Amino acid sequence: MSNSNYSSTSSSTHRLIKNKNGSVKRNELRGKVVVYSCAVLIIIATIAITLFLTIKGLQSFIVNGVNVGEFLTGLTWSPSGEGDVAYGAFPFIFGSFSVTFLAALFAAPLGIGSAIFMTEIAKTWGQKVLQPVIEILVGIPSVVYGLIGLTVIVPLIREHSSGIGFSLLAGMIVVGVMILPTVTSISADALKSIPQDIKDASYGLGATRWQTIYKVILPAAMPSLATAVVLGMARAFGEALAVQMVIGNSKALPESITDQAATLTSIITLSMGHTTYGSLHNNLLWSLGLILLVMSYVFIIIIRFISSRRKV
Amino acid sequence: MNRRISNNIATSVFILCAVVMIATLVYLLGYILTNGFAEIDWSFLSSNSSSFQEGGGIKNQLWNSFYILMMTMLFSVPLGVLGGIYLAEYSKPGKITNVIRTSVEVLSSLPSIVVGMFGLLVFVQYMGLGYSIIAGALALTVFNLPVIVRVTEDSIRSIPLKQKNASLALGITHWHTVKTVLVPAAFPGILTGVILSAGRVFGEAAALLFTAGLSTPNLNFTNWNPFESTSPLNPFRSAETLSVHIWKVNSQGIMPDVLEIANGSAAVLIIFVLIFNLSARIIGGVIFAKISGKK
Repeated sequence: MSNSNYSSTSSSTHRLIKNKNGSVKRNELRGKVVVYSCAVLIIIATIAITLFLTIKGLQSFIVNGVNVGEFLTGLTWSPSGEGDVAYGAFPFIFGSFSVTFLAALFAAPLGIGSAIFMTEIAKTWGQKVLQPVIEILVGIPSVVYGLIGLTVIVPLIREHSSGIGFSLLAGMIVVGVMILPTVTSISADALKSIPQDIKDASYGLGATRWQTIYKVILPAAMPSLATAVVLGMARAFGEALAVQMVIGNSKALPESITDQAATLTSIITLSMGHTTYGSLHNNLLWSLGLILLVMSYVFIIIIRFISSRRKV
Repeated sequence: MNRRISNNIATSVFILCAVVMIATLVYLLGYILTNGFAEIDWSFLSSNSSSFQEGGGIKNQLWNSFYILMMTMLFSVPLGVLGGIYLAEYSKPGKITNVIRTSVEVLSSLPSIVVGMFGLLVFVQYMGLGYSIIAGALALTVFNLPVIVRVTEDSIRSIPLKQKNASLALGITHWHTVKTVLVPAAFPGILTGVILSAGRVFGEAAALLFTAGLSTPNLNFTNWNPFESTSPLNPFRSAETLSVHIWKVNSQGIMPDVLEIANGSAAVLIIFVLIFNLSARIIGGVIFAKISGKK
């Protein structure tokens, strides 16, 4: 494809030289310049985001002299306290990871199960019904998920546990529902790309549908299914408002799943507007943001690693 | 017999998964629409929001949402379409193309709150735009750009190669072919993607908290001069959108009818997102039928 592009570009250049007024050639060049500069702009935007947020996120360590180890493992967070200043972000890091893993634990089986239903059990009408369901679920804004979590799930948990309802569990359910369509649609694409031949071979040997799914389809699709789950987890890790609305935003480590907690995103959402720009507290929030940025790169690297195994 | 039983059990589990998912959607939509519909009337849509009294509306928020959406599209569609054209037509396999692909991947996987923080740092602070519509729209452009790039690239790549070669064989230059053959043929796909992304932008809140702000100045809807501070068109004023409003009334609201306002706003938001979804499908289908000459 790109090879033919290249040759066609050079041959059209050859034709253009014969053009006397040169306007066609100018147009061609102008188009090329516009397209290339947009491509360059995308690179610049990415580099700018990475650089600006990294520099800003490192301020608290360089300017304010915060100890990195203490920041990552400390348990108390009171950066603008009157007396002792403590900046342990571990409870938030722990909160973010637990919400992410618990949400994946909920969404992965359900999403992959629905994807198998779409691709193996009800191939025609299952697809027709579930495809729009997935698209609408993806389209529902995160604040709406948060609102429903706040008005339905939080009271439900309050009734059935000793806590006040705002909890890790509520965050996990809300985020789990949010990443469900992502996991389902990517899993369904992965399952669709499994060649019909190997399924037929399995059925031909007398295997039942479940045996075929379990022994043939799932192993063959495993790397792609893992990608689907990791993409869902990346989305869960960065989700801000819906989580902030239901998790309770307590600054201590949660003791149980029905206890209040906080995530990196929920603390940033909550405090960014109330802190003075350039203060220690504010700089620490940018450092929390840096963790989010680093994690989104880590998720990309994980996905690349999984996809590279798929080709072997 | 044993394996037949396990097969039946497995099948029912998969059916259950699908049913749970459909039930979730039905419940979500049903909950929002039944709870919110009662709150929506003309005065809710056409009155100003109140900060502590009962009976506030969402007029300004609704206007701000559409204004920011329009401005975001104004920035991100040309940039994204041209970026997609680059990837589909001009890129040669190599380092630079790899860097661009990775950039698009990074941009699309950034959490929206990180995009908002970048907007706060660069657009609001360094460029001195303050909490403003334009800063919000620029942040959402970063958020929306990768989606448009991907949609454009996919739509152009799905055009049969013959169509492009026919144009080149007629002696038409590459850029002219892109303009007159490829982009028109890819148009239904691009438009569908753009409208779907509009639904996503319309509901986005996290990226706007720190860029477009949490408040709206008093707007004078008879003053359409974009350079005056009370004008709805002024791009340099702060603007709270509908989705930010839902978040704000829930986390900071002190008016007695917080829940009613939130439910009503959520219903309006969902209705617009559904309209975007539906119209993307319909418009895409109609244009496709027209271009391909079917019917």
